[in-house]
Amino acid sequence: MADLIDFSSPVIKAIGVIYALLIAASLIVAIMKRMSPGEGTTELSRRVTSWWFMITMFTIAIVTSPVVSTVFLAFMTFLAFKEYLSLIPTRRVDRLILLFAYLAIPVQFYFAHENRYGLFLTFIPVWMFLFFPMAMTLAGKTEGFLRAVGTLSWGMMITVFALSHTAILLAAGDEAGVAGGAGALLYLVALTQFNDVAQFTWGKLFGRHKITPKVSPQKTWEGFLGGLVTTSAAAAFAAPYLTPLDNVMGAAAGAIIAIAGFLGDITISAFKRDLGVKDSGGLIPGHGGILDRVDSLTYAAPVFYHALHFFIFSGRIT
Amino acid sequence: MTKILRIAFFLLVVRPVLLIILGMNVRGREHLPTKGPAIVVANHNSHLDTLTLLALFPLQDLPRLRPVAAADYFMRNKLLAWFALNIIGIIPLQRGVSKNPLAALEEALDRGDILILFPEGSRGEPEQRADFKRGLAFLAKARPETPVHPVFMYGLGKALPKGSLVLVPFNCDVVAGEPFKWCAETSRFMETLEDRMSALADKGNFRPWS
Repeated sequence: MADLIDFSSPVIKAIGVIYALLIAASLIVAIMKRMSPGEGTTELSRRVTSWWFMITMFTIAIVTSPVVSTVFLAFMTFLAFKEYLSLIPTRRVDRLILLFAYLAIPVQFYFAHENRYGLFLTFIPVWMFLFFPMAMTLAGKTEGFLRAVGTLSWGMMITVFALSHTAILLAAGDEAGVAGGAGALLYLVALTQFNDVAQFTWGKLFGRHKITPKVSPQKTWEGFLGGLVTTSAAAAFAAPYLTPLDNVMGAAAGAIIAIAGFLGDITISAFKRDLGVKDSGGLIPGHGGILDRVDSLTYAAPVFYHALHFFIFSGRIT
Repeated sequence: MTKILRIAFFLLVVRPVLLIILGMNVRGREHLPTKGPAIVVANHNSHLDTLTLLALFPLQDLPRLRPVAAADYFMRNKLLAWFALNIIGIIPLQRGVSKNPLAALEEALDRGDILILFPEGSRGEPEQRADFKRGLAFLAKARPETPVHPVFMYGLGKALPKGSLVLVPFNCDVVAGEPFKWCAETSRFMETLEDRMSALADKGNFRPWS
């Protein structure tokens, strides 16, 4: 899969639409800031500025070449995994094992890039899953063993394994529809982030009834359902251009992304709440860390990919 | 020549490593000194501490920044001594000698330099704080108008602890606090330092590591 992404119009058009939305958002936030200056709107405008950076970086990565895109996705995953390992309590004796865990990232993304479905599916859930406890056992310290192997394995799955689905989606090629893997990846990532913003906006405007008061008190039914409907509509519209799905299946894909995204978001919230931190890091002004930005994607990417794999991609699962 | 090497080392090696492999969350950056003379004091976990503190300042401040380091450790062979003196720009401190060991530091402050000091003395056990040595108090007493800027650091001891040669990526936290000055008594000055450091450490959820 070394051939260049062809600059077929759907991906470029979709990126154009995203930038149009971004300009609209910037204008709205600028007006809000003019009308009610304060900490809330300043934070919001910081967020929009960060969106400009993130979307531009993602755009450059996705239109350059599949290799560049994959390296970019692997690097984002590295940052997310590093944030995770920096937040959890680790043992000094496990330092070298953590280094091996980092080295699993390029391997996993290589398998994804080569579209080696079997290796991709087994490398972390089977081989790394068996390797970590073995290495920790041989290191000889049993105190805190279960906690160390449990937290490392879960972190590896929720960050590296889950997010590497973006790379194998990119590598799907023609099976992923008229716009190729890049189109499907753009569809997934753009809709996941769009759903985050839509849920936030609906929640701010109409939010009354809390869904998970203990885990994530900001989340409301109004926000969740508003996001679900908006994202499904956008997904139905965009599906024929970027994916092998028609409008109806696109709406279903949008609903899947909205629900999975929401679940990913609150799962990472539960993790952060357990550790007593608000943000996973300070890398992105107005957003927090990388893990705060890709939280929805940790669920949306595997669920969307495997749904596509099961219902659309032919002959590879039986 | 060494000046160019020093800037190149920080621009091309230290900053990329800190940015990409490690990653820093800096809080209270506005409390760092913008001009000398000043003393920056920090807790000590790793060789990376000095490099990280140096990287917090703009590149043009580099010539003024002088980390203070133990002579017996960093001057033990020629290559290391050259690197420590010219690239890192340390002022070597003789431990346990009878004549005023602080003379070189006082001179540097009089020149308007910014000293970087680790009052714990050595790196010790990573991510565990040792008692602060009183040498800092004698320096502050000798130059009572010089501001002392406390900085608390967490995470670098995990990335590169004492005795390890392998760098493992971890995010690190740097929390800078408001400066204070010499206050008439050694014990009160040391208490102030201790309190300020503890207050900075309490700003994050930093767990001990073992």
